[in-house]
Amino acid sequence: MALRAVRSVRAAVGSLCAISAPSAGCSPRPWGLRAGAVRALRTGPALLSVRKFTEKHEWVKTENSVGTVGISNFAQEALGDVVYCSLPEVGTKLNKQEEFGALESVKAASELYSPLSGKVTEINKALAENPGLVNKSCYEDG
Amino acid sequence: MQRAGSVVSRLGSRLQALPSAPCRSLSCAQDVLHRTPLYDFHLAHGGKMVAFAGWSLPVQYRDTHVNSHLHTRQHCSLFDVSHMLQTKIFGCDRVKLMESLVVGDIAELKPNQDKVRELQNKGSDVALEVMDNALLALQGPTAAQVLQAGVADDLRKLPFMTSAVMEVFGVSGCRVTRCGYTGEDGVEISVPAAEAIRLAAALLKNPEVKLAGLAARDSLRLEAGLCLYGNDIDEHTTPVEGSLSWTLGKRRRAAMDFPGASVIVPQLKSKAQRRRVGLTCDGAPVRAQSPILSPEGTVIGAVTSGCPSPCLKKNVAMGYVPYEYSRPGTPLLVEVRRKQQPAVVSKMPFVPTNYYILK
Repeated sequence: MALRAVRSVRAAVGSLCAISAPSAGCSPRPWGLRAGAVRALRTGPALLSVRKFTEKHEWVKTENSVGTVGISNFAQEALGDVVYCSLPEVGTKLNKQEEFGALESVKAASELYSPLSGKVTEINKALAENPGLVNKSCYEDG
Repeated sequence: MQRAGSVVSRLGSRLQALPSAPCRSLSCAQDVLHRTPLYDFHLAHGGKMVAFAGWSLPVQYRDTHVNSHLHTRQHCSLFDVSHMLQTKIFGCDRVKLMESLVVGDIAELKPNQDKVRELQNKGSDVALEVMDNALLALQGPTAAQVLQAGVADDLRKLPFMTSAVMEVFGVSGCRVTRCGYTGEDGVEISVPAAEAIRLAAALLKNPEVKLAGLAARDSLRLEAGLCLYGNDIDEHTTPVEGSLSWTLGKRRRAAMDFPGASVIVPQLKSKAQRRRVGLTCDGAPVRAQSPILSPEGTVIGAVTSGCPSPCLKKNVAMGYVPYEYSRPGTPLLVEVRRKQQPAVVSKMPFVPTNYYILK
């Protein structure tokens, strides 16, 4: 659908879906845009950099065919203190909705799902030393 | 906030999959949760309530999980553990009843009642009564000091695993036991239900004390190497496999007069079975059901509990491995999300305990 969607994805952090116990599952959230909204993203210089949200509480912002991914404020609050970020290696090719990592709190792990297809060009290295940035600054530094 | 509540209730349903009181849990309807005498108190203090083993309990309050955990180790925290019901046992054969039960944890009520009836039918003098009491746990290095201000008894004379009845902050008829499930010094106070809120409020007046919920309780007990029934031990584990042989009294081992003795006592001398061990590792946190592998990559066991340790800033876990891999220092692998990472068998407790033991 998306013609040349976003060609590369800069993964900062990602989505919220609790996975650590058999009973957990991903239920759709009451707010956040449908996946279709993400598909509507076209690349192009005239496009303003707008933050789009997925069902799983991730956001993605694209600029010059590079997308930046993070999680929403609601997600970081629900997750609690992030103590570890499991992120993919630079160069990894991702498909939309593919699991690419996880955010861990003391209590549980939440998997990250790519909102776009593309190749990882950069990961937020600051999160290795300071995973709490996801909580403190989920739209900028985390 | 409504949405936060719906996420937290999913956390609650995760917790419910891991009951620590196996008998009185999922048999009741999902929407009918038992409430402890402190239910309204929890709500008034910002408690986020979740379903746990058929009870509505706070998973945390306004503090973050990590802050609540660390506060317990540095100051003290107050937990409502009233879901662990208390039973009074009467009759001159009450010791016989106790000894006929599983060694160690005797919290289940149903088996007790069957056993009571069985003994009564044989002419024994014994009866049970569930007490209308709440149970408050005050845990942490300053717990004793906080409590001392409200009791006349000298708490220096109440060592670990001893108990006394006393008036606490004006509430009479409280039983104070020097025990807990966090690895810290502390007490569990059995208080008549009608006075539970009054006592909790009195304890909370001391700025040392903060309320803590199930989230902190779980990470604290894990750091202390304590088992969560349903995860680390269950009906399929023996005390020997669970590395809990110390619970079997010397006389009882010789007499072999407890359920399962014919299986358990021979295991004491054998090295044939699996063992519960502690594991530490860096990298991604290790959680229940993660496979444990030998250094060569063969699956040899599974993790039963795990979390990132707020105190140690490493990942800690418990799991079962064959006896030959159970020595502390043994290098192993754990698989997390299809990736293998190195782990080391470690002695427990992971964080040193501070039980008040008189020398």
